[in-house]
Amino acid sequence: MRPIATTRAATGTATGKLAVWWVLASEVVIFGGLLASYVMFRLGHPEWADAAAVTNTHIGAFNTWVLLTSSLTAVLAHQAAERGDGRKAAKFLYFTIGGAAVFILVKTYEWWYEISHGYTITSNGFWAFYYTAAGLHAFHVIAGAVIMAFVARDAARGRELHRVELIGIYWHFVDIVWIFLFPLLYIAK
Amino acid sequence: MVEPAVDLTHGEAHDDHADHGPQGWLKYLWSTDHKVIAMQYMFTGMFMALVGGFMAYVFRMQLAFPGINVPGFGAVSPGEYNALVTNHGTIMIFWVAMPVLLAAFGNYLIPLMIGADDMVFPKINRLSFQVFFVSTIVILASLFVEGGGFAGAWTAYPPLSADSTYNLTDLGSTLWVIGVGLEFVAFLLGGINFITTLMNSRAPGMRAFDVPIVVWMIVVASILFMLSVGPLLAGAIMLIFDQTLGTGFFDPGMGGDPILWQHLFWFFGHPEVYVVLLPAMGVVVEIITTFARKKLFAYRTVIFTIVATGVLSFFVWAHHQFIAGIDPRMANIFTITTLLISVPIAELCFIYIATLYGGSIRLTTPMLWALAFVAEFLIGGVTGIFLGAAGADIYFHDTYFVLAHFHYTFFPIAIIGTFAAFTYWFPKMFGKMMDERLGKIHFWLTIIPFNMIFIPLFVLGMGGQHRRIYNYDQFPDLAGGVFQDMRELATWSLLIMLAAQFIFFYNCWKTARSGPRASKNPWKANSLEWTTESPPPHGNWHHLRMPVVYRGPYEYSVPDREDDYWPQNEPDGAPLQVVDDDTGEQGR
Repeated sequence: MRPIATTRAATGTATGKLAVWWVLASEVVIFGGLLASYVMFRLGHPEWADAAAVTNTHIGAFNTWVLLTSSLTAVLAHQAAERGDGRKAAKFLYFTIGGAAVFILVKTYEWWYEISHGYTITSNGFWAFYYTAAGLHAFHVIAGAVIMAFVARDAARGRELHRVELIGIYWHFVDIVWIFLFPLLYIAK
Repeated sequence: MVEPAVDLTHGEAHDDHADHGPQGWLKYLWSTDHKVIAMQYMFTGMFMALVGGFMAYVFRMQLAFPGINVPGFGAVSPGEYNALVTNHGTIMIFWVAMPVLLAAFGNYLIPLMIGADDMVFPKINRLSFQVFFVSTIVILASLFVEGGGFAGAWTAYPPLSADSTYNLTDLGSTLWVIGVGLEFVAFLLGGINFITTLMNSRAPGMRAFDVPIVVWMIVVASILFMLSVGPLLAGAIMLIFDQTLGTGFFDPGMGGDPILWQHLFWFFGHPEVYVVLLPAMGVVVEIITTFARKKLFAYRTVIFTIVATGVLSFFVWAHHQFIAGIDPRMANIFTITTLLISVPIAELCFIYIATLYGGSIRLTTPMLWALAFVAEFLIGGVTGIFLGAAGADIYFHDTYFVLAHFHYTFFPIAIIGTFAAFTYWFPKMFGKMMDERLGKIHFWLTIIPFNMIFIPLFVLGMGGQHRRIYNYDQFPDLAGGVFQDMRELATWSLLIMLAAQFIFFYNCWKTARSGPRASKNPWKANSLEWTTESPPPHGNWHHLRMPVVYRGPYEYSVPDREDDYWPQNEPDGAPLQVVDDDTGEQGR
């Protein structure tokens, strides 16, 4: 049986939601440290713009659109879960997972193209940050999609519907990290 | 989605809980009980303290008697010496101070002190220990791989740490980074659990300012850890890529910057001091109020002070880098913030002294440890002023003065604070009373040698003895005379201090065998953990009689009361609680 501690809510906010926000707080400083380092370097190395010019802004923009759309379906899943419609929530979550899959496939193509043209992680500082930051982000996309699959499976059977909102909050965070990465790595030439 | 606060029906099955699932060792390994996990953290931490202490013994022997065949180790090569000092530092901070003070006591005390039966995420709690255990294996394994353990100092500055042609420990340095990274993940999981448990699972009636200070301290420490460790985790990824893939994040030859690592490391490293300091400071509050039989002076000021300390601790990191080539204007700013942060910490010390003033002080073993903490940490704090001021630090940097200062802060935290907490809560944790006489002998035989180790090192540092030197015989102006005498004094003192720890283990063994049984509340303290059995059962209280809180935890010697303490769960104006000592039933 679940401990009594897990059923209390002295703040009035469910414990799961509090925990997700604290997870995000700890993630913000991880990406914050990485991106702050990148920005400091970039300011001191104007020549990195030459490397940044190689990145494909159109593909990056397409991936931004894919992620934003997947966030929309995550919100729709939450809306369905609020109404108690687990099957519909699961369906929207599967759409979101589909978005994640498209994002990763596009990313794979991008990296394959760049690596095969000789731009690897050891080429210079820009590419080191490019692959590290985007790689860490992609790792979060994959992890989020896997957890979302479990949440969706439960939701389809009408169980643990409150988790739909929690994974949604996480998914928006993954989205927002990309909103920072896209201009820093693609647009700033 | 908020579930009902008290669900009496589901409590029915609660008592049977312990009977389900795997049995024996497996049951222990897979337990989600916060007290079991606390013990796992504690005993792992204590084992690692022995490992770290053994390392200190080996390299102190080498320093005092260069080239000696160290009993139990053999002759120390320069590479081994570097690996020993590196891993001594790493293990004592990340595998002793953090798991024992933060994880073990956090796990043990938070649910008991806020009147909950467990953490809010028991399974994540278990996962936290399991990740930590894997990290322990990784760091221990790194000592035995080809080339030996990582030998680039515990701060792991590149390029020494990033390039194996410099540190000569190719696999050891990568395993070191992986071990430390896993350890961080374990404490992030644990920290989120601590924070949310305090926020949401307090007993009915317990307001924010009714929470015992030690719980506040552990939770504020967890928040500091969470907000400071992220950049270093990012840095650890960069360092591993530099080591294994050949990127150049920290390599100036490839457009990188080695100072970047120092910023990322100390942005975490300085708040980390407060991450381990605050739990020890909190332990001291619980002990001095109990044994001075006096209300804590300025409860709310303590809370605001630790929050101020926490905020300030994010703006002092560059005082570790005054000679690293940072802008002198930046050194000015960081000097000011560093001197500022001594204000809240001094304030805490004054609050403790004000709490003691006029109390009826009982010098039990835990009280001795708590008082020693304040006295010894004060020396560490005051010598920190010298190092925080850029002008003085330029001369003291990388001498034994820094090393002695550091140990005057961390030894009180990690060793004195731990012994204070351990002896104070021992009756609750194991249901037996420790031997006071042996406890006091152990106390004096630890405290006196501790000062005799590190006071000579202050003097050596002021005399110009540089750190990170394997054999002082090769430096004519440091080799002989009074320098050598003081190095030998420090080493002999260390041997006495290490030997004295056997008294502690003997005391534990003797108490476990034949110690007198502890009652529910042997120290007559107020907080909630003393209202349940010693040791507490699974679930801490009977599920239908979970405690309800009526007041703060420091109501000692309240006028017009017969007792000089007033448990938090006792209703106002009620007569003394009727408790049947055999069954633990409370007549309410």
